[in-house]
Amino acid sequence: MQPLRAPRADARARHGAAPVRRDPAPSRLRYRFHRLWLTPLYRSLMRVGVPTFLILTAMGWYFSNPTNRYAIAEKTAEFRRSIETRPEFMVKLMVIEGASPVVDKAIRELLPVDFPVSSFDLDLAGMQAVVAALDVVEAVDIHIRPGGVMQINISEREPALVWRAPGKLELIDASGHRVASVTERRARPDLPLVAGQGADAEAAEALALIRAAGPLGARLRGLVRVGERRWDMVLADGQMILLPEVSPVAALDQVLALDQAQDLLARNVTHIDMRTPQRPTLRLAEPAVEELRRIRSLSLE
Amino acid sequence: MTELYQQQRAMRAMRRAAMQRGVIAILDIGTSKIGCLVLRFDGPETFRAADGVGSLAGQSAFRVIGAATTRSRGVRFGEIDAMQETERAIRTAVQGAQKMANTRVDHVIATFAGANPRSYGLAGSIELAGGAVREDDIARVLAACDLPPIGEGREVLHAQPVNFALDHRTGLSDPRGQIGNRLSVDMHVLTVDANVARNVLHCINRCDLELAGIASSAYAAGISALVEDEQELGAACIDMGGGSTGLSIFIKKHMIYADSVRLGGDHVTSDISKGLQVPWNTAERIKTFYGGVYATGMDDRERIEIGGDSGDWEKDRRTVSRSELIGIMRPRVEEILEEVRDRLDAAGFEHLPSQQIVLTGGASQIPGLDGLAPKILGQQVRIGRPLRVQGLPQAATGAAFASAVGLCLFAAHPQDEWWDFDIPAESYPARSLRWAVKWFKDNW
Repeated sequence: MQPLRAPRADARARHGAAPVRRDPAPSRLRYRFHRLWLTPLYRSLMRVGVPTFLILTAMGWYFSNPTNRYAIAEKTAEFRRSIETRPEFMVKLMVIEGASPVVDKAIRELLPVDFPVSSFDLDLAGMQAVVAALDVVEAVDIHIRPGGVMQINISEREPALVWRAPGKLELIDASGHRVASVTERRARPDLPLVAGQGADAEAAEALALIRAAGPLGARLRGLVRVGERRWDMVLADGQMILLPEVSPVAALDQVLALDQAQDLLARNVTHIDMRTPQRPTLRLAEPAVEELRRIRSLSLE
Repeated sequence: MTELYQQQRAMRAMRRAAMQRGVIAILDIGTSKIGCLVLRFDGPETFRAADGVGSLAGQSAFRVIGAATTRSRGVRFGEIDAMQETERAIRTAVQGAQKMANTRVDHVIATFAGANPRSYGLAGSIELAGGAVREDDIARVLAACDLPPIGEGREVLHAQPVNFALDHRTGLSDPRGQIGNRLSVDMHVLTVDANVARNVLHCINRCDLELAGIASSAYAAGISALVEDEQELGAACIDMGGGSTGLSIFIKKHMIYADSVRLGGDHVTSDISKGLQVPWNTAERIKTFYGGVYATGMDDRERIEIGGDSGDWEKDRRTVSRSELIGIMRPRVEEILEEVRDRLDAAGFEHLPSQQIVLTGGASQIPGLDGLAPKILGQQVRIGRPLRVQGLPQAATGAAFASAVGLCLFAAHPQDEWWDFDIPAESYPARSLRWAVKWFKDNW
């Protein structure tokens, strides 16, 4: 059995030193505050409403000062810049692939980028649009390669024809798109010549005709688009083959077959009119006409 | 009288408002402890138990969500003695219960033991005009009761109609709709000292609480400690508290008599304190650990160290035998029980068909009381514990909480009191508008 002993604190209290015992009762104020705190509306107000209000007020006050706003914007920009200018994101040089030296030089002039530059500052889509706007460029792909290299892959248009348009002389590709201008025909003697308005729109047909006219060899001078609807083939010595609107290649084949069989083009004929393929018509040169009339008159007599 | 009537009506309305809000507090202001329970009402029968126990006294309609007890301060004989101290103790208890319930309570139903409760039996009768008994006839017959001189400075705490008689038939619990010529009523009125009741009211108001009801602790203890058939057949509940012992007699589920003896467990403690020359707290501790009322040979040999901190070795090492302690306690307990016996005799308890006596309250836990009490009170004595209610902490299920638990049941199902009925039209001033309205309501 434990002997009953009063705690030491009591013994000390008896001897006069601070006999204050803790009162377990809440003070009136604490009691009221506790009751207020247990009120649901008040509690939700204090736990959600007041902190929200205080934070919003503080933020509002802070942002109402323009200096603070600028400071924050500056800090943000600085931080952004510090990330952007990390070496991982820097682009140090530009590589252009698939471009001829002339085009290469033109592109470098078109895209004045001061390397090294952050890849965040490069407007790849814009640059792609700028390069793609070049006539000579058929397709362009710009991307940033690991290692800080901006790579521009270019496929150039192949000039297929020389087009003598009114007032200009241009190279066009097989689809009729302009590739470049030339100053004179002799600059590209390897390419066939087409002329006339709208010739570029039918470049594919022109190429087919030129392919079909292979047997003519060097005698072929070029093609002339007439009235933006049909072709005239011009040969050396001013001979012309007038081709129809529809299926000109078949008409040309017909002419070539005639030439092979009867050596048509070697005769003194200025124009071979195939505009109506069922009724090919020849225009003879002046002496030939006279000769023909003489022969006919001979036969008449 | 009319003032209190109005006040009681206001309290009843407050109680209804509290029920609507669903939270109400119970405050038991006792001499040795102040207990506060917070009840939540969730509509009828929400917490119907799975074990098939339905509502006995409406205790399944609520649950206790907060409970706190604190040592009482400033209360003597169940009456407030030092108001500041009591107010602090009430604040402690209410705050603890609120904290546990995690809700705020604004309405409180209070009980106290003291204030010299005195019972009166009132009788009144009226002639019925229209044959059948109507609602306003009940109000009229209640108003027809003559109030005996209750004395200066006393107020009515309970006024319950306990019996209705219609012509020669008596024992009606609800005469409404029945046909007869003469309606009589017996009413039980319990009066208390007005000042004591006002002090309680003031203390509770000082704690920012609204009083939604007030009940005598003897009545509340009877509700919870008596089982249903005891209440029906007739029984006395003796609530042995710290500073006073309340007794209430029930029959046909109505309280017909209540009284209190201004003696309780604290007197036993003070006897021990004086007899053994020990401090109050030590005496209380010795009483609760080693107390009893029957000495045996074994108790002579059991020595209790009563200690002390005087610094004198001889005094600090004193021991008493348990039989000495019992020798101090027993006369006081006998005195209390004899006082109770006197009050029961005065009330005519022996004429009741069943003379069951139920002892409850903190002091009823003295070991051996169940052997001593039958010698003084009669053969049918048992020690009662309060009814079990939902959510009550284990620590608050003991006999000391009988009146707190009873007050819970009282809050859930208050008995009809005089002020629950409409004011009869006659009591309004003649030719007033309210009289006219009332007349129309009653007659159309």
